[in-house]
Amino acid sequence: MNAIVKVENVGMTFDTKKGRFVALQNVNLQIRQGEVVSLIGHSGCGKSTLLNLIAGLTLPSSGAMICNGREIAGPGPERAVVFQNHSLLPWLTCFENVHLAVERVFGAKEGKDKLKARTNAALEMVHMSHAAQKMPHEISGGMKQRIGIARAFAMEPKILLMDEPFGALDALTRASLQDELIGVMEKTGATVVMVTHDVDEAVLLSDRVVMMTNGPAATIGEILEVKLAKPRDRLQLAHDPHFAECRGAILEFLYQKQMKKAA
Amino acid sequence: MSTATLTSGLVTVGPDTEAASETRDDIMAAKQEAPVAAAPLAHAPAAEPRTSFGEHCSAFLRAVLPPLLGFAFIIGLWALVAMKSSDFPGPAKTLDAAITLFSDPFYQNGPNDQGIGWNILSSLKRVAIGFGVAALVGIPMGFIIGRFAFMNSMLEPIISILRPVSPLAWLPIGLMVFKAADPASTWTIFICSIWPMILNTAQGVQRVPQDYLNVARVLNLSEFKIITKILFPSVLPYMLTGIRLSIGTAWLVIVAAEMLTGGVGIGFWVWDEWNNLKVEHIIIAIFVIGIVGLLLEQCLLLIARRFSYGNN
Repeated sequence: MNAIVKVENVGMTFDTKKGRFVALQNVNLQIRQGEVVSLIGHSGCGKSTLLNLIAGLTLPSSGAMICNGREIAGPGPERAVVFQNHSLLPWLTCFENVHLAVERVFGAKEGKDKLKARTNAALEMVHMSHAAQKMPHEISGGMKQRIGIARAFAMEPKILLMDEPFGALDALTRASLQDELIGVMEKTGATVVMVTHDVDEAVLLSDRVVMMTNGPAATIGEILEVKLAKPRDRLQLAHDPHFAECRGAILEFLYQKQMKKAA
Repeated sequence: MSTATLTSGLVTVGPDTEAASETRDDIMAAKQEAPVAAAPLAHAPAAEPRTSFGEHCSAFLRAVLPPLLGFAFIIGLWALVAMKSSDFPGPAKTLDAAITLFSDPFYQNGPNDQGIGWNILSSLKRVAIGFGVAALVGIPMGFIIGRFAFMNSMLEPIISILRPVSPLAWLPIGLMVFKAADPASTWTIFICSIWPMILNTAQGVQRVPQDYLNVARVLNLSEFKIITKILFPSVLPYMLTGIRLSIGTAWLVIVAAEMLTGGVGIGFWVWDEWNNLKVEHIIIAIFVIGIVGLLLEQCLLLIARRFSYGNN
């Protein structure tokens, strides 16, 4: 299959007060159509930086980033982002938040009714139709993140980027949102790149887990293929030997090969 | 005030329901029955109405009593001072004068003798015009300064020098330019209102959360949508703070400006009554100015509350 995103020899340095800080070095990665890829690593390893590079929110210091055959020159709706802190606009209702994105992407070629239908469908997909007219501060953190996911999916992006999408949620809410996400990904066949620091989440959701070495000058350490059939069920996986194997491999990478020196 | 009622309500209702649910829990435990957790939930609403009336009363008293005492104290002090002094009118005399004044607030006997209603209204009109023009100029300027670092560094030193200047110092310039007293006092209002509006708007623009701007970038929104859907709503609370600060100073300054320029207006009226040696009218004016200022501020606070979107 064709790679939708190609990251070639990418390096990223930041100019800080203490001088140049090399965040990423020699990163090479190809993401195929319909694939779910997790980026995992210790905090400060540059996984969010890599995601921001793919999103186009920041531009690489060296190397090339290509999406759909074109160089990534900035952010765009074909690479939707689900932010860690949901980033819903607090002065718009949930419906309006999603509609803003839908209108931007499809407004030029579709009528008002169609846009509304799309927005409603997106809310329905994450089971949030009941809160369409609520303001973001009236709903819980997990619900806000659902709306954030609905907004991203409603744009029908070529690739969906998630920056620790469930990092700010409690464990139970996180599990239910992961299940939700599995369902949505199943329905849409979306290509997803997700930053996470949760080993179980990485194995449960991804086709490949990209493990990053510790920064500074972080790069990709290993890539693990998760060969579990989809759709996956968290209860069955709990006793699946391959699941345990994958989990073990990641843990080994994180806590043996890349043991973080006392932070 | 509202926090006082809230906390007092909480403090006293709390133990009550707790005690009630405890006994209920005991019974439940004894019976070894069904979900215990449901018991306090079911019981709490029943306990509330019983305590609430007395609660409301005492909360109301606690909220109202201290301010009343404060007023009583100041009026008592005032009466005491008035008793010792020959030309200082007491509360009773002032109240009398106020009743006659406010029984006919809108009479007109020539330009220098008009009802207190006209005086207040013409002061408010000056404030409204000066303030409105300041908003029209200051808010866009705040946006420009906030958005473009170059403009910020260009205008910041000028604003820093001009801002601490008493707006009354600008009055002669206004008189020179407009050749009339009325626009000159409006001009001072403009000058004093514009700084908080510029500075607060600029600060609001600089503090638009990066997250929202990232959303705008990912969605690739048009400049128009960025302004209407992201910049403006997120700057609005800051802008309203600026507006509130300026209306406060504007109302302070108008009294002084009118004292200097004359004409109709509450400030002029104070000065005129001083010339007439009607001290009780001056005291009334002080109260009136205070109450109008308070009302203006409260109105803006109400508006501001409407536009503060519960933090995230």
